[in-house]
Amino acid sequence: WLAKVLWAQLLCGWVLGSELTFELPDNAKQCFYEDITVGTKCTLEFQVITGGHYDVDCRLEDPDGTTLYKEMKKQYDSFTFTAAKNGTYKFCFSNEFSTFTHKTVYFDFQVGDDPPLFPNENRVTALTQMESACVSIHEALKSVIDYQTHFRLREAQGRSRAEDLNTRVAFWSIGEALILLVVSISQVVLLRSFFSDKKTTMTRVGS
Amino acid sequence: MLSAPAARAFLLLSWISSISALYFHIGETEKKCFIEEIPDETMVIGKYRTQLWDKQSGSFLPATPGLGMHVEIKDPDTKIILSRQYGSDGRFTFTSHTPGEHQICLHSNSTKMALFAGGKLRVHLDIQVGEHTNNYPEIAAKDKLTELQLRVRQLLDQVEQIQKEQNYQRYREERFRMTSESTNQRVLWWSITQTLILIITGIWQMKHLKSFFEAKKLV
Repeated sequence: WLAKVLWAQLLCGWVLGSELTFELPDNAKQCFYEDITVGTKCTLEFQVITGGHYDVDCRLEDPDGTTLYKEMKKQYDSFTFTAAKNGTYKFCFSNEFSTFTHKTVYFDFQVGDDPPLFPNENRVTALTQMESACVSIHEALKSVIDYQTHFRLREAQGRSRAEDLNTRVAFWSIGEALILLVVSISQVVLLRSFFSDKKTTMTRVGS
Repeated sequence: MLSAPAARAFLLLSWISSISALYFHIGETEKKCFIEEIPDETMVIGKYRTQLWDKQSGSFLPATPGLGMHVEIKDPDTKIILSRQYGSDGRFTFTSHTPGEHQICLHSNSTKMALFAGGKLRVHLDIQVGEHTNNYPEIAAKDKLTELQLRVRQLLDQVEQIQKEQNYQRYREERFRMTSESTNQRVLWWSITQTLILIITGIWQMKHLKSFFEAKKLV
């Protein structure tokens, strides 16, 4: 009977959330799948960290193929839904509109609630004051960690842009200096060539 | 409290369910990389499970024992800290020693093309970082903690993770500031240099052409 209790707990929807950062090459599409039971509250959150205009297409489909969420060229979004059917839900990120920039995408797919700390969490009595204080501190710390993650991603995005700018400034400055030198020297050479030709024709005509 | 064999059974079941989480498809020679930006001294546990498409039954079955995945983990300085072959189900773990972006790459080691006729390998992947790596029921059983003590232990771990992340944040901000100051310097010096080049080439052009025309007796 204990095994049955354990299996029942497993099916109660306390699957751990998945948080991944992956690289999406240009013209590529990456899909992820997850089996969800009916009635589970799920949240999909994604953010583009590096690459191009920092945008990506995202699409979330339920087991029958109905699109629950579809957004094109989004930088950051969060979508919450309650699973209406049992089955495999699919969400895809697409960079097919981009020709040569590959992107780094972060997503966080939370399914259900956190697993209970104790195996036999079917409490008969209410939580003591200490325990409920611990629970509220835990929830507050979870949101602190969540904010930290968002901040880290924004900072990574800003830093990527700054490093991009730095390299671009370096290359463009050297390039422009070279162009300046080449153009000024070729101007002089061209001008000299005009006058050299004219002089020979003039002397021929003159004599 | 649960009896020891029941606790063990529970842990086994929770381990299996936790790697049945998210999955994706991977081609035969395809390499899939995931990035984890973490502070130093942070533990990362990755678990994966592979399944192979079986044409006869028309479904995904657990992969044959010969099929494995090669896991390669690089630290922020692109130095390889783990490069190992695992079986069709695997569990890899590492602790970061430098803060930054670590790259976890997976690719299958399949040499026989026939295994993949029809396609793709299904990989269930679960990567847990920092305080999520702690297995609280196990810690409770090992240290014999009461529920309140376990909750406080969880809070302590969370606060420690927050602290590490904030340290890392300070280090990152320093790098960002250095990059911005370097850009600022470069823009300043290159503008001055380019203006000087412009003036010098202008003067040289005028002088050279003047002497050229004087030589040609046109001026």
